[in-house]
Amino acid sequence: MLSKSKIFFKGIVAVLPHMLSVIPFGIITGAIGVELGFDPILVYATSLIIFGGASQIIFMQLLSGGASSLVAITSVGVINSRHLLYGAVLSEYLEKLSFIKKLFISYFIVDQGFAESNKYIKQNKNLSNPHYYVLGTGITLWFCWQLSTISGIILGSFIPDELGLKFAIPLTFLAIIVNDLRKLDHVFVMLVSGFASLILFNAPFKSYIILSPIVALIAAFIMLRFKK
Amino acid sequence: MTWLSIIISGIVTYFSRMAMVALIDREMLGTKVKEVLNYVPAAVFPAIIFPGIFFNDFGSFVEITDPKIYGAIVALVVGFYSRSVIATIVSGLLSYWFIIFFLLR
Repeated sequence: MLSKSKIFFKGIVAVLPHMLSVIPFGIITGAIGVELGFDPILVYATSLIIFGGASQIIFMQLLSGGASSLVAITSVGVINSRHLLYGAVLSEYLEKLSFIKKLFISYFIVDQGFAESNKYIKQNKNLSNPHYYVLGTGITLWFCWQLSTISGIILGSFIPDELGLKFAIPLTFLAIIVNDLRKLDHVFVMLVSGFASLILFNAPFKSYIILSPIVALIAAFIMLRFKK
Repeated sequence: MTWLSIIISGIVTYFSRMAMVALIDREMLGTKVKEVLNYVPAAVFPAIIFPGIFFNDFGSFVEITDPKIYGAIVALVVGFYSRSVIATIVSGLLSYWFIIFFLLR
């Protein structure tokens, strides 16, 4: 039986490799905000209040480009709506928690943390305190995100552009799903999502981020019907 | 005005994280929905991966010779056999850097 702190620690360790992409991305996010002319305090506030890399960048780019607040807020909402899907999956593991604990833990639901938690908890079904794993991943990502955006704000983009470190972002997510390539049904859903995202990429408000998963989940639903 | 936008965006984002965890009763989800939810990682992450590889900064398709495509293929193969997150990311980045710093110079 694993103690709470051991489970928490396992969560921390699970997301450490993802820092290879999270930290550069955080630095870039902080630096872009300052470059776009926003007050440093304001740039940092997006990390604390919104806490979502892609949506913070889009938000600042839109506002500095003269878009209305409504457009910026809508884009943030659309990009982050994928969390609804993470929440739906995680709710199974967080069911027994009190309402207050659920409200607290929700703030720390992040892409990589969700993916690693989901993987681990699925493999260890009779874990008594799975939420400590979710917290371990989420709080680690939160700290690294805060620190890396702050360093980007203070030091500017000290990572040379030529390194093309933005490429680490698709690689992180590739690392998350690469193991599922062993299951044909998952490969099918991935291909539907991937091709949908290429077709829908120029849809308004970056909505390809939520539209492609919806298309892929509908495909999964249909696939499950045929399987039976 | 900007502050207000940040706060509203923050509330919207927090709501997206919290809604399904705290407000929805799992009994409300049918068994079919729960089965489909198994595919959430497979449905969400390719929508971040594919554009990150196949589009450039200006939103148009990259050439078939783009180094990102080959870096991704290396990462895919290494990740598939090693099952290691760190090996996947590092092999992808190293092969990408090898192409842009040595082969394309």
